[in-house]
Amino acid sequence: MKKTLRKPVLAVGPFHPLQEEMEFFQLTVDGEIVTDIDVRISYNHRGIEKLSETLQFDQVPFLVSRVCGICSASHPLAYVQAVEEIAGVKLPERARYVRVIINELERIHSHLLWAGLAGHFLGYDTVFMWAWKYREPVLDLLEAITGNRNNYGNVRVGGCREDVPNEIIPKILKELDEIERKTEMLTKAVLDDPVLHARLKGVGVLSKADAVGYAVVGPTARGSGIAIDVRRDDPYAAYGDLDWKVITQTEGDVFAKAVVRLLETFESIKMVRQALRRLPDGPVAVEVKEIPPGEGCGHAEAPRGETFHYVRSDGGNRPIRHKIRAPSYVNVPSFKASCIGQHIADVTLTLAAVDPCYSCTERLAVVDGHSNIIHDYESLLQLSREKTARIKKELGAPEFKLEDL
Amino acid sequence: MKQEELNNRLAEIRDKLIGIEQKPNRRIFLLCECENSYAVNKFLFEGLGLRFVIVTGIDSEDCFEILYHYANDETGCFVSIKAFIRDREHPEIESITPMLPAGEWIEREIHDILGIGFRNHPNMRRLILSDDWPEGVYPLRKEVKK
Amino acid sequence: MKALKKSVWVFHVNTGACNNCDIEIVNLLTPRFDVERLGIRLVGSPRHADALLVTGVGTRQAAKRLQEVYRQTAKPCVVFCMGACAGGTGIFEGAYHVAGPVDRIIKEVDPNAIIAYVPGCPPKPEAMISGVVKALAAI
Repeated sequence: MKKTLRKPVLAVGPFHPLQEEMEFFQLTVDGEIVTDIDVRISYNHRGIEKLSETLQFDQVPFLVSRVCGICSASHPLAYVQAVEEIAGVKLPERARYVRVIINELERIHSHLLWAGLAGHFLGYDTVFMWAWKYREPVLDLLEAITGNRNNYGNVRVGGCREDVPNEIIPKILKELDEIERKTEMLTKAVLDDPVLHARLKGVGVLSKADAVGYAVVGPTARGSGIAIDVRRDDPYAAYGDLDWKVITQTEGDVFAKAVVRLLETFESIKMVRQALRRLPDGPVAVEVKEIPPGEGCGHAEAPRGETFHYVRSDGGNRPIRHKIRAPSYVNVPSFKASCIGQHIADVTLTLAAVDPCYSCTERLAVVDGHSNIIHDYESLLQLSREKTARIKKELGAPEFKLEDL
Repeated sequence: MKQEELNNRLAEIRDKLIGIEQKPNRRIFLLCECENSYAVNKFLFEGLGLRFVIVTGIDSEDCFEILYHYANDETGCFVSIKAFIRDREHPEIESITPMLPAGEWIEREIHDILGIGFRNHPNMRRLILSDDWPEGVYPLRKEVKK
Repeated sequence: MKALKKSVWVFHVNTGACNNCDIEIVNLLTPRFDVERLGIRLVGSPRHADALLVTGVGTRQAAKRLQEVYRQTAKPCVVFCMGACAGGTGIFEGAYHVAGPVDRIIKEVDPNAIIAYVPGCPPKPEAMISGVVKALAAI
């Protein structure tokens, strides 16, 4: 699709840099400053809502687990909560706690994944390797409990499929201590590093007003001072029984969002510990025979923010309508507000700060509509890293070494 | 705002509604005809300051239902507007995007999958269906097979 | 494990995946799995690649792009269908926006394409490495 453009357009498109069409993220620039943005999102559309109508209520969790791999515990949880609302299900106590354990473990590994990616975009590949290395024990724990590193398939209408075996609780607690130590080291390194302060502060700012207009959620909202968190606002599972804090910052820049995610990881570790120590005895599920006619709204705080599912039943054994809203659906458009006025060297970071799925950020390629210079994903990454290196040089700061972690 | 205040304030918009459904677990549905949907949306978003969540489009065979979901985070309450579009031949409703940037994508999506027109949408274009998807085929309409 | 005959450069293509396979692919680079010690490298352009790691069901929007990437990839090359979706649309079978599976999309442009399948949802990194090594040893 060729367009005649009055201004140069940077097309931030899918995997191949030599595409003629401008796709995916399309940035309009004035020199090297972004002035507008458009997004094409058809690539990942699989038609899940329609597919849901062909499945029985208890088959749907397996489907929605795969809406997004890193929120794969949150989607089925929001869905079953919507269905449990229609059916008026009272969950067994143990199920409420197991749900917390799985979902907080997911949040921990998701935030560590994010920290690694952010490091990669900055040019701190040691952070990337390190964060992803310390993610692995969390995935091992999830595999020990549910049988899979991802796509746990652990929620069902009425409770959980797999229980946390009491015998492995000491092992989980011990791993959590180690993960907490490592996260402390990473957090300290980030908060103390003058280069990261200079590189990330004031970058990709999302104002509170824009955050409200775009209805953003999760760390993207909490980084702009909007104190919303489903776990506190509409407590589900056992969150209402636990002692933890909602983490917010006010500046709305990439640094603020990084701080929110890092500090939240500690809260998650606290919550898993509490849930494990208080895990009540008993079954982890109740039998739910029928879903009566009705409609339910279920939501859960995924690592990226509120995941919302609306389900309507006509008394049959399939949903007649299932609406899925992932947090990234409201967060990614806010990229328009936080990216305008930014330099193209900051584009990858600003997008990463919204924490869309990994594949979204990978699909970055740049075509300049005027002079046909082509920047691919590698090139945009290079621009980002060069800016970091420049700042490092200006500050005369020492190299960020793996030994520091 | 607190739940009691919310319930009282909702009475202010009563004249635009054809009904209010209070469900257990703090879920409230405000029923209205599509002509009044913009006014009710404006009341919830600008008047009460509720958080916009998303819009659900449903093909209900004798009509289309457009559900606008809002959250009152202080009490964990969802207030959803259920707007009925009775004209199945030319289904149309006023866009909320001029007032709420967050509405842009979801209205484009509902247009793609259900064929609903959104009057005064600032940027109505295909969003989630592929470039080669045939015009006039709306996958979430009930009569569509495969 | 047989030693690879040469270094394999791979290019990752997502044709509509939930990201789990994609993340496990990136995991291959990280210290626990460290595929670089086997000579496997993730490259930024298909023109430099010996193999494509394809994830996802092959949505209608992604299908043509996948074919374009395949055309641009240096030949000979191996197409690895990573995961249940790429292998055969997985849990998304029958969904209205799916043009896949991946092998059918590739075979439209090259009926003689070399295609290998690594099943799993997602396949564990160990399975991916094992699959890549086995396939390359067999060729």
